[in-house]
Amino acid sequence: MTTIRLTVNGEQHEAEAEPRMLLSDFLRGPLGLTGTHVGCEHGVCGACTILLDGASVRSCLCLAVQADGCTVETVEALGTPAALSPLQEAFRAHHALQCGFCTPGMLMTATDMLRNHPLTTEEEVREALSGNLCRCTGYQHIVDAVMAVARTRA
Amino acid sequence: MNAEMRPKHVGSRVPRREDPRLLTGEGRFVADLMGPGTLHLAIRRSEHGHARIMRIGTEAAAAMPGVVAVVTASGLAGALQPVHATSRMPRYQATATRALAEGKLRYVGEPVAAVLATSRYLAEDAAEMIEVEAEPLPELSDPEAAALPDAPVLNPGTSSNILVERVFGRGAVEEVLMGAAVRVGGRFRFRRKAPVAIEPRACLAEVEKGSGRLTLHSSTQVPGILRDALSEALDLPGHLIRVVAPDVGGGFGGKASLYPEELLVCALARRFRKTIGWIADRLEDLVSTSHGFDEIVDAELGLDADGGLAALTAEILGDVGAGSIYPWTAALEPVQVASFLPGPYRLPAYRGSVRAVATSKAPTGPYRGVGRPIAAFVMERLMDMAAARLGLDPVEIRRRNLIRPEEFPYKIGSGIVWDRSGFHESLEAACKAGGYAALREEQAKLRAEGRKVGVGIACYAELTGIGSRISAAPGMPINTGTETARIELDSTGAVTARFGVASHGQGLETTLAQVIADELGARLQDIHIVQGDSAAVPHGTGTYASRSAVLAGGAATLAARTLRAKVTEAAAHLLEASPGDLEAHDSRVMVAGTDRGLSFREVARAVYSEMGRFPRDARPELEASETYDPYFGTTASATHLAVVEVDPGTYGVRLLRYVVAEDCGKMINPMVVDGQVHGGVAQGIGAALLEEVVYDERSQIVTASLVDYSIPTAAEIPRMLVHHVESGPAPTLGGFRGMGEGGTIGAPAAIANALSDALGISVQELPATAERLFRATNL
Ligand code: FES
Ligand code: FES
Repeated sequence: MTTIRLTVNGEQHEAEAEPRMLLSDFLRGPLGLTGTHVGCEHGVCGACTILLDGASVRSCLCLAVQADGCTVETVEALGTPAALSPLQEAFRAHHALQCGFCTPGMLMTATDMLRNHPLTTEEEVREALSGNLCRCTGYQHIVDAVMAVARTRA
Repeated sequence: MNAEMRPKHVGSRVPRREDPRLLTGEGRFVADLMGPGTLHLAIRRSEHGHARIMRIGTEAAAAMPGVVAVVTASGLAGALQPVHATSRMPRYQATATRALAEGKLRYVGEPVAAVLATSRYLAEDAAEMIEVEAEPLPELSDPEAAALPDAPVLNPGTSSNILVERVFGRGAVEEVLMGAAVRVGGRFRFRRKAPVAIEPRACLAEVEKGSGRLTLHSSTQVPGILRDALSEALDLPGHLIRVVAPDVGGGFGGKASLYPEELLVCALARRFRKTIGWIADRLEDLVSTSHGFDEIVDAELGLDADGGLAALTAEILGDVGAGSIYPWTAALEPVQVASFLPGPYRLPAYRGSVRAVATSKAPTGPYRGVGRPIAAFVMERLMDMAAARLGLDPVEIRRRNLIRPEEFPYKIGSGIVWDRSGFHESLEAACKAGGYAALREEQAKLRAEGRKVGVGIACYAELTGIGSRISAAPGMPINTGTETARIELDSTGAVTARFGVASHGQGLETTLAQVIADELGARLQDIHIVQGDSAAVPHGTGTYASRSAVLAGGAATLAARTLRAKVTEAAAHLLEASPGDLEAHDSRVMVAGTDRGLSFREVARAVYSEMGRFPRDARPELEASETYDPYFGTTASATHLAVVEVDPGTYGVRLLRYVVAEDCGKMINPMVVDGQVHGGVAQGIGAALLEEVVYDERSQIVTASLVDYSIPTAAEIPRMLVHHVESGPAPTLGGFRGMGEGGTIGAPAAIANALSDALGISVQELPATAERLFRATNL
């Protein structure tokens, strides 16, 4: 067992983990942050996407020990049911989620993309989201939601 | 404001009530329920396509750290009865659903043994240590070989691998075909698919201390069906079993059956009196969740010289995998192909013969569209092949053959009856929205530049919201045709409505509340919907087969109307008014045209809490329970139009335009309807171009990851234009038609036609991968 110290959503955490424990399992288990979902555990679906030191990564492809000393943001950081963030509001207004299982990963990828890329065309948005699988929506409403937020930026 | 002018909830784009929790990570999926103290189940699965079990060594596994128990079939003896999907169909051979394999292994991925341990990591470590010694038997990989009389038989207790055999039809098919002016036909192949809900299957069972009551939390579409099956398998009364489907991360049919893992966690939770959970990893999900489709169809269509359909014959061979899935049976998928093959067309003579053949592969089951994507693919290809032979435009040949408004109700050759639906309206609307004439001109220009651009049309019809007259799966003896709603006004004036349906992305907490808000006259925020819980109503099944809007919407309407009458009557007594003068809206009962009235809260308080407000024998019950049965069901239909471009160098396919014009009757929430169409089309695009479950000749599955089984991303799916036509009132209560599956039915056919048009070939095998397109064009 190793002790891991990290900052998650602005709070300091410290917990024990085996060296082989995935970061996704560490967040969901010992830290109780079940908003991060696990859809494939082999790096394809993107459901487990989080921000690690500001960059979107697949938490199923990281070990918990690799996040020692790092800063993590998960979907729980964005907003609350009573006070959704603008991106979450846009997802709701555009019906960008159905079952909601891919949604936390989509939101975290979109957060990274909106922070770091111009996203001026639909094609760019589709490209930016192409690492996250959604089986329900056919993507159109997700693309619409992200484009709507992209347009409101300065 | 009078009642007619008041805004309605039904028909508006009401934001979903599910969204706030799902957007913030506060949804509760089964995997989120595995708290400390939960024992984790890991499953050792068959690595053989077909083998006899010689020995299962569990000692090494049992000695691993954290292991509580290792279980094989013999260790479950007495705890569980096998479950059989039975059928009324003649010559149907039933096969068993067991928690763990007994005697034989029939497909790669079949559960052989299970480990219970204190963590998932430790359980999986130990599962690898189980020694399975098996003597290989000849694998049944090719369905045509498996159907031969001398093929080795896969399932003990069956006399051959042909589990179902049936013929449908009417008319002197051979004779008409012989006399037809034009005949087209060939062999069509639609390859096996995996549903791939992004949430893998998962289940968790707990036993309440004291009462011994068992609760199964499962990522399922059918909690009611599971409760009833568990009652049989565990020999327990229904009140000791509750099946809850919490938030479920997509289903598409893959979560609509009973699975071995559900039987296992229940039996083991009872034995060990512990909470036991299982979460599939993606590999397990791809090898063990029911697959979809997988048929070979040999078909021939005859037409008269004017392009009028004369006769159709088809032989359908369904590769159904190892056996029947509960409760749907192996008949579900291939029989549905035969039932729907004639499509929305006037066709005097038809014969469809169908065989469902067992092979050494995972069982097939319901997958979005069930049979109809194949039926539409075959029929719509035949229509285009015929149009080409007759020199007719693909739109024109459809115009000549689609059933006309005055011909409804129309019984097709397989016996299905279409009620009035917008067949022609959809075709014309799709052509208009897609700019069909201009498209053809543009295509001619691009072609002259050497570009491979194709336009494809597909029309189809489906039966949705099926009532008790026919079973959702042919011959299946369980009733899927009714839905019950129980609704009550509690002592605070709040409304709770309970249903047997189970949302897994459809937004039923929102849409059913919309129906109730209008029918009861309540505010949306005062209504709570209980669904996905077998304890909600005495009998429920779940959500599948495009039934929930029609059946639950109908039950909600009836129950809300009954409750509204009761609330109005109580208010009439309190207001000393006549019930006829009262109207309910916004959770208030008002004397029409005045500002005099009572809130639901005030009525409820007077009824429940204020003594003496009602005479002793006239105290109203503010609750209602109603069951709705649409009896036959209702027709939904659509036309899809796809424009594709094929790269002449790589044979990569790009979708340039996609149009859907559909008639789903009255829409409860247009935003949700659009979402269902988009999602369905995306799955149809995947089925047409990308997705294929591949087993090699030794029945080893070679597509057990999302790298090998690829589903579409945002980059492959085009923007879709969805156009709604309403041809007239549906015969269902509320006028709703089902529309959860249509997108997947039309897209493969439209894309196959567009690709054929682009390359001047006939696409008869899906998915049309680059390699298949290259071969069809060049070899
Ligand atoms: S769970 Fe990490 S990418 Fe799928
Ligand atoms: S909303 Fe279900 S997977 Fe995206």
